[in-house]
Amino acid sequence: MTQTSPRVGLFVTCLVDLIRPSIGFAAVKLLEDAGCIVEVPEVQTCCGQPAFNSGDRKTAADLARNVIAAFKGYDHVVAPSGSCGGMIVKHYPELFAEGSVDHAAAVDLAARSHELVSFLTRVMKVTAVDAKFPAKATYHDSCSGLRELGIRNEPRQLLASVEGVTLKEMTDAEVCCGFGGTFCVKYPGISDKMLEKKLKHIAASGADTLIAGDLGCLMNMAGKLKREGSHIRVRHVAEVLAGDSATPPLAEAE
Amino acid sequence: MDTSTATFPQNVKRALADSQLQHAMTETGPRFISKRSKAREALPEFDALRDQARDIKDHVLAYLDLYLERYEEKVVAAGGKVHWAATAEEARAAILGICQRVKARTVTKGKSMISEEIDLNHHFEANGITPVETDLGEYLIQLRKERPSHIIAPAVHLTRDQVEADFRKAHTHLDPKRDLSEIPALVEEARQVLRQKYFDADVGVTGANFLVAETGTSIIVTNEGNGDLTQILPKVHVVIASIEKIVPTLEDASTILRVLARSATGQDFSNYTTLSTGPKRPGDLDGPEEYHVVILDNGRSDVLGTEFQDMLRCIRCGACLNHCPVYQAVGGHAYGGVYPGPIGSVVTPALVGIEKAKHLPNASTFCGRCEEVCPMRIPLPRMLRAWREKEFEKHLQPQAMRTGLGLWAFLAKRPKLYQMVTRLAARVLHNRGHGTGRMSSLPLASGWTQCRDFPAPQGKTFQQMWKERRK
Ligand code: SF4
Repeated sequence: MTQTSPRVGLFVTCLVDLIRPSIGFAAVKLLEDAGCIVEVPEVQTCCGQPAFNSGDRKTAADLARNVIAAFKGYDHVVAPSGSCGGMIVKHYPELFAEGSVDHAAAVDLAARSHELVSFLTRVMKVTAVDAKFPAKATYHDSCSGLRELGIRNEPRQLLASVEGVTLKEMTDAEVCCGFGGTFCVKYPGISDKMLEKKLKHIAASGADTLIAGDLGCLMNMAGKLKREGSHIRVRHVAEVLAGDSATPPLAEAE
Repeated sequence: MDTSTATFPQNVKRALADSQLQHAMTETGPRFISKRSKAREALPEFDALRDQARDIKDHVLAYLDLYLERYEEKVVAAGGKVHWAATAEEARAAILGICQRVKARTVTKGKSMISEEIDLNHHFEANGITPVETDLGEYLIQLRKERPSHIIAPAVHLTRDQVEADFRKAHTHLDPKRDLSEIPALVEEARQVLRQKYFDADVGVTGANFLVAETGTSIIVTNEGNGDLTQILPKVHVVIASIEKIVPTLEDASTILRVLARSATGQDFSNYTTLSTGPKRPGDLDGPEEYHVVILDNGRSDVLGTEFQDMLRCIRCGACLNHCPVYQAVGGHAYGGVYPGPIGSVVTPALVGIEKAKHLPNASTFCGRCEEVCPMRIPLPRMLRAWREKEFEKHLQPQAMRTGLGLWAFLAKRPKLYQMVTRLAARVLHNRGHGTGRMSSLPLASGWTQCRDFPAPQGKTFQQMWKERRK
């Protein structure tokens, strides 16, 4: 590694930390392969989006301050999630009054923060990864990554470079899967209807693997796929790009 | 206003179980989307026009009082009259007053959401006046005694079979062999019935897509031409519109018109764009003898200058409904108010109060597709979130949710404690999966597990493993 290697703080995200650490390790591998020095601040918990989306701005702002402090000094902050990435990049600055010290710090953090795959392609100029992963894959665009951060081609471009991956586009890949954080438990009926449509398109694509960039959406879709006995495997994009086919797919037996 | 907004969860249940509704929604939803997308692709300057359209309305809203005054002057100069209505009651009273003065017995009506907002038809009926809806969709809704389920396609919740059955029930003279399976045949059939009504009507009521301050003109767009007959044939024409329909000039109206139909139906332009300015002048061949404009506020001016002001840019194109996965899942009636879909979830709390309408801003995944397609670039998710903030401030959320979020926030603010708890949770939940990698039930999480399994954690937290690896 050269002296110019950027120092990257990994924002693990609360879901990856609790449910699927292998995504975090895949992210570390990808970042290191791209030439970054990766550190994981210990004091991080959650980006605060659940509070923000529940109308509790104060808690969201408190948690944002924690994240801002935890990631001071890193050249870049990277999250394996478009949703948490979007929260930091788009919404942190909205939490504080313009002109305040907090606001300036939030703007500064936002400018240094990225979703993982778009960071690899846009900042580290990665155009291909050195990985093998056998999969006929279909990619679901998670909403925040797509509409808040404009991520669309980046994951497809890198996935196409993985040896063994063939991409099969599904209809309406850009339509929400029905997760929506607390939405999916507050309105399970609507969420289920949205999932039902999503699963129909996934099945019709002919893919054997479903890939997305956000664990929340993946848990939602995997949960229903498995409930219905589907054999389609569910993976986070980082796992595939890192060639981690050894870890069992989401919601499947060890 | 009568509303079932408060019972949103029950309305949703009914909607999800209604197979005809579900069938109708899957038929029409995708069609609107592909038409809009084609229209957009065919016009390279579409997004630039959206910026202009937004700027026009922002400018109007900043000087709304001036433009409204200007508009009134011009209407009066053209021989018309403006009636200001602060509330729905005042609007109803003004319209009824006009109708009673000319001893109206039937009133033809063009499509108008403001008419729905002030519940005009019921008021007419209660006062012995027969309202006749002339837009095909509205006509159907009137036959069925329902409310529109969509801003521009009021009967979108109905299947063709239902529509045909309704026609046959109401139009008993119909030859049972007559083919009514296609829309044009239905429009033709409605026209036959409506023809005489246009001539018999004493007053014609229309909405307005725009009120033009520079000329005192009201503009409506329709696809069936029913609006023209409604406003030209009766002796009296009453326009009902809300204050934010104002645009400064005809030029501004044309700019917004270029994004309106494209966003709504994917047409370059609606079939009819009709301008009316004042009553019939000496020498005119046709036109009404009286021209009235009832301008409704109904809480809108309270929204000016607040975080909700942007909602007043809305041109009621319906694109946000067509692209909303929640609207497409439950249809418009579930929202229980006058305006369904994303814009309805922003407007309804302003009309009926967040207490009654608190479900609407919550029934969104913030997927952002509405904002992505809105021709007026209204930040709908941001405003839905702002309503949730009001709800939070007023302590309207269910206790269980408040407690849960409160506990989570308490932990999330204390990283050390948080990591102890998550380590424990990762292990306990992992074990609950019994090696299958998932669980089909989970205490306190029935909202999740009623329709999907819960993926089991891998067993250790990332932080835990990261530390172990570094040792
Ligand atoms: S909010 Fe935007 S997309 Fe929705 S109806 Fe209004 S103008 Fe159309």
